[in-house]
Amino acid sequence: MTSTSAVSTLDQVMERWEPVIGLEVHGQLLTRSKMFCGCSADYIGSPPNSNTCPVCLGLPGVLPVMNRVAVEYTVRSALALNCEIPEHSKFDRKNYFYPDMPKDFQISQYDLPINSGGYLDLPDGSRVSIERAHLEEDTGKSTHLGGTGRIHGADRSLVDYNRSGVPLVEIVSGPDIRSSAQARAYVAELRGILIATGASDGRMEEGSVRIDANVSVRKPDAVFGTRCEIKNLNSLRSLQRAIDYEALRQIDVIEDGGSIRQETRHWDEILGVTSTMRTKEEAEDYRYFREPDLVDLDPDQAWQDRIRESLPAMPAERRQKLTARVLDPTPAQLDGVEVVIDLGLEAFVNAAIDAGADPALAIARAANELAAGIDDLHNLTLESFSATVRMEQSGELSSTQAKTVLGELLASGGDPKAIATAKGYEQLSSDSLGTTVATLIEENPDEWARYREGDEKLAQFFIGQVMKVTKGRANGKAVIAELQARR
Amino acid sequence: MTSPLRREDVAHVAKLARLSLTEAELDLFTEQLGQILEHANDMSTLNLEDVIPTAHPFGLVNVVRDDVVRPSLDRDVVLAMAPDAQDGRFAVPRIMGEAP
Repeated sequence: MTSTSAVSTLDQVMERWEPVIGLEVHGQLLTRSKMFCGCSADYIGSPPNSNTCPVCLGLPGVLPVMNRVAVEYTVRSALALNCEIPEHSKFDRKNYFYPDMPKDFQISQYDLPINSGGYLDLPDGSRVSIERAHLEEDTGKSTHLGGTGRIHGADRSLVDYNRSGVPLVEIVSGPDIRSSAQARAYVAELRGILIATGASDGRMEEGSVRIDANVSVRKPDAVFGTRCEIKNLNSLRSLQRAIDYEALRQIDVIEDGGSIRQETRHWDEILGVTSTMRTKEEAEDYRYFREPDLVDLDPDQAWQDRIRESLPAMPAERRQKLTARVLDPTPAQLDGVEVVIDLGLEAFVNAAIDAGADPALAIARAANELAAGIDDLHNLTLESFSATVRMEQSGELSSTQAKTVLGELLASGGDPKAIATAKGYEQLSSDSLGTTVATLIEENPDEWARYREGDEKLAQFFIGQVMKVTKGRANGKAVIAELQARR
Repeated sequence: MTSPLRREDVAHVAKLARLSLTEAELDLFTEQLGQILEHANDMSTLNLEDVIPTAHPFGLVNVVRDDVVRPSLDRDVVLAMAPDAQDGRFAVPRIMGEAP
């Protein structure tokens, strides 16, 4: 293997070389049943091989029937990706011998996919073309026993067909991506679209979204180089690391006078390297042919229109709308907007803003506190979130107290005012705060004089004194207001 | 008209299909498959530009079912069909290499 890290870093070589990247993203569709049979698609929550039937086990004489919702999710995703829906599409058999498919073929779409020719605009303004988005079925899951854990050296393999036949959309980009960061942004945006359309839960760590990356390098403006395909990347971090490693590896090979072999490579997350899985000579010839057991899929205009009308707003549009509510957003606030969109928390933020909350504060509480408690979000109402943010804004609650109240609301629901009272967060009324401040001014004439002469640091002294007297029940901003009123 | 079927094409397809053919069988099938392909090639003399490839004799499209879960088979019955099983899974000879 060629060493890379010692000789060159990405920044150094990227002045001479340009990576060319195309991605194949597989998204599991959120159907209840499988693509071609009525078995449950919930393969994670079921004991091995408990969701199988003659169709997904590939027993002789069975007939697959398409899942309407899987087709609609695919069309939804494709419309969101500005794809065309051709008049005719069909299914094909991809033939190979491997025990993860009991039929010895996978039903996929080869030359007439259901969607083609779209594009995706990324937040940085770049556009990535989409060549196709087709439907296919997922394979079973193999566990390899013995040996070193990976496949080589295992004594035997155990296969679970619960996942076999679960519907997938495969979205293939054009070779338009020019950096690992852009690849990451593309997948992040695409994942957001799959979630927004309801097509997928987008959980990469659970394998709901898996990526194959085609990587080559070239001198700027030269023709494309020979590409290698890195299989099965399942996190944004792996994607970025694998592409960076692979681009550098190829550059080193070429700069050392060698040439790149077209091959399929495996990414090792622990070692941080890619290695050869199979070369082009060994590449499978899948002998694609039409799946004779399925009729053609020709979504007519009325069907397409119905799906188009039911499409919700996509992340780009939602991002734009939410950002427009913040005056001169800072980079941190834009990051907050990103989190809010990604987790679909706009309803909370918009409700708070509509109720008069400061947009930046509402976004911050959503992007931090709500994001941290996302699994408990069902306990929180729009009203209780809005009320808490407004209480913080008016000074009724300090930031720390507001965060605690939100934590409590997420954990067990309830009314923010009642929680604040129960925790003793009720702050002093302005009358009694005024009296306290006046007393402290009398007791500390020197400090007061210096504050009046313009020494702002003394404000902290008075806040500290007020907190001491009130056992922390006062609000700092309110104390400053009282001080300034008397200055 | 594509080039005629060669002996090595048949050997390649046989390999992909995991069929081991004798030398005599290779000769025989090259000849027989060649005749079938030649016959199919008669079609290329026709002008079929506007004809959509026919998958079925019946004109059905968009045959779909609702997304409803139906009972699966009993796992014990399923696994009993396999030569070997372990931990509720099908046991197969060790797999060399990765899934395609």
